[in-house]
Amino acid sequence: MSDVLELSPAAVAADTGTALRFITCGSVDDGKSTLIGRLLVDSKTVLQDQLAGVQRGGETDLALLTDGLSAEREQGITIDVAYRYFSTAKRKFIIGDAPGHEQYTRNMVTAASAADAAVVLVDATKLAWAAEVEDGEVVKRELLPQTRRHTLLCNLLRVQSIVFAVNKLDAIADADLAFERISAALTGFAKAAGVKVAAIVPISALKGWNVATPCAQQADWCGYTGPTLLDLLEALPVTVQDEAVPFAFPVQWVEKFSSSADTSQGRRIFWGRVASGHVEPGQRITVLPSNQTATVAQVLSHTRAPKSVHAGHSAGIVLDRELDVSRGDWLLAPDAFEPTREITATIAWLDDEPLVAGRVYWALQGHRWVKAKVARIVDRVNITTLESEPTAQLEANAIGDVVLSLQQPLAVLPFAQSRALGSLVLVDTASHKTSAAVLVQASA
Amino acid sequence: MNARTEPDLLLPPMHSPAQLSNTQLDALEEEAIFILREVAGAFERPTLLFSGGKDSLVLLKCAEKAFGSGRIPYPLLMIDTGHNFPEVTAFRDHRAKELGAELIVRSVEDSMARGTVRLAHPGESRNAHQSVTLLEAIEEFRFDALIGGARRDEEKARAKERIFSHRDSFGQWQPKDQRPELWTLFNTRLAPGEHFRVFPISNWTELDVWQYIERENVELPSIYYTHKREVVERRGLLVPVTELTPPRAGETVQTRDVRFRTVGDITTTCPVQSLAADAGDVVIETLTVDVSERGATRMDDMTSEASMEKRKKDGYF
Repeated sequence: MSDVLELSPAAVAADTGTALRFITCGSVDDGKSTLIGRLLVDSKTVLQDQLAGVQRGGETDLALLTDGLSAEREQGITIDVAYRYFSTAKRKFIIGDAPGHEQYTRNMVTAASAADAAVVLVDATKLAWAAEVEDGEVVKRELLPQTRRHTLLCNLLRVQSIVFAVNKLDAIADADLAFERISAALTGFAKAAGVKVAAIVPISALKGWNVATPCAQQADWCGYTGPTLLDLLEALPVTVQDEAVPFAFPVQWVEKFSSSADTSQGRRIFWGRVASGHVEPGQRITVLPSNQTATVAQVLSHTRAPKSVHAGHSAGIVLDRELDVSRGDWLLAPDAFEPTREITATIAWLDDEPLVAGRVYWALQGHRWVKAKVARIVDRVNITTLESEPTAQLEANAIGDVVLSLQQPLAVLPFAQSRALGSLVLVDTASHKTSAAVLVQASA
Repeated sequence: MNARTEPDLLLPPMHSPAQLSNTQLDALEEEAIFILREVAGAFERPTLLFSGGKDSLVLLKCAEKAFGSGRIPYPLLMIDTGHNFPEVTAFRDHRAKELGAELIVRSVEDSMARGTVRLAHPGESRNAHQSVTLLEAIEEFRFDALIGGARRDEEKARAKERIFSHRDSFGQWQPKDQRPELWTLFNTRLAPGEHFRVFPISNWTELDVWQYIERENVELPSIYYTHKREVVERRGLLVPVTELTPPRAGETVQTRDVRFRTVGDITTTCPVQSLAADAGDVVIETLTVDVSERGATRMDDMTSEASMEKRKKDGYF
């Protein structure tokens, strides 16, 4: 357990006034829907009519609270993300209940891209944690592939806090030993993959142990004396904006004044959300792709004219001169970025049609669409060994590195530094499907 | 049964819950404004579905903030079942006029006259038939994006839907094959004949909506607050007595203090017992209810577990 990072006091003191968006993920049948049902029931969010809807033969099936599609109820699986809302006296929560099946990884990635935190469920009953030595050979305790995949994806997408919840320990005779060994396996995996872990909590979603209340049977059940999962969630920080990065602003919508009575005739307001840094009057900017420069004359927000607007917030920018700026352009701090036509990126491939080197896709960054060609597939991550291996194509749900060449230059930064400048999606030009999440590593 | 306003409940709660903070409402408003502007920028012929109900009035308030009053860059669209509460229709027209917004009304009765909607019997709810009229309006105006005030906390099928929800040329939702929605990089690409339904207040709860109405002084049709109304009790619901919904044999008409939590087609919408006279009162009641918005008020959703999903697959919004 020594490799598990404790929550720092600073993280705990961070803004909890905003709702925490978290996802539950992990392998299929690890108990995600039951856990959410438990959180909803224990926080008294479930209303009488909804609870009545999930009674089956006198028993309450907590999982039915979240599986809302008829196909899901037919098959007993989660296909797409269900969003749920609940609150405690301390905080409000938005949960994305992500599907566990590999074929629905794209829906899990959808949920993770908006999450401040992830609870990765691990089913203790599915792991061969007891096998220490077999036929004279030490058996490595393997985590399930989807546990690894989901943890890697959450980490790639910079989900701020990753919590492992080891579930169904109530069904194991020697729960203490099971938790100890599974924790060791999780810690070892996280360390090898470079994943920071906020906590590992033993739970029983079915019985409600360590979910909203401590284990009813035993105070140090599984040798664990830390906070319950809900206590943890109440203390986790929301996503920190990339404010240390120079100013970057994707133009979302251009407001024109056409009325001749308007004294600001000919002027325009460029609306958008500040991607990084901040903006205030007097600041110099460069427009991408035209490379024109100007000075910010006025900054607006929808409620008032503030002194400055910071990353993550919407702003209206009025420039000191008339420039040709359209939706999709970027306003950037001068000389801070080097637009590039080639980038190396890690991608999560989400389309059923495999990614093929040489093919052209649409790429979207901010509000700008450009054509992108897959110049080269560098490698693919082996989910089990974490090693990179050569590959000719990336199939659905694969994670790998590629080199993209762009039809027009874009200002990019590594995703590790800037979510907005380092993230793109690829869209299939024929089917219009969203095919990949692209996380920039560097301009190639 | 639904919460009633007890005098004790009208005192501020002892421990003010986190969700009463302005930070959360600010974050939701910010998200809604971002989406409303994205629609304005990304589509050629968007429209905002406007019924005069509380969710669409909240949307309109966010649109006013996103674009400034009188400059909302898309028309408002109302699909009229002909079974509306008069207070709501009057309020809808008043609000559109006040904003100087273009209001397009298309009615189910016109679809019936054209023969594209056939009722099984004259008293049938026209709620589900709105889909036909809506799709006709989409074709007529070639709308490529329809903004709606649906919320994910309303119903289980809604909880699954993307913010930018792709619809095929039959207006159908494909719940098993939704496009991934990564960060706020919305893939708005369309083939001819397809369109999007866009839900800027997806992540708001009923409580958020009422707290926002209170904070922003959003004006609502009067029937959202307590008033005396003739009702009959039917299957645990209070059914309003109107020309379209007369009492059945053996039912006793009573006059009760009620308000509507949700407003739709008269034949499917029920009020709840309440003395809440303003948004502040409703916020307190909403904090204490033990029946969901739809469970308390909608007759049509009780027929089957998946009735909303089915309707949405048929093009319902």
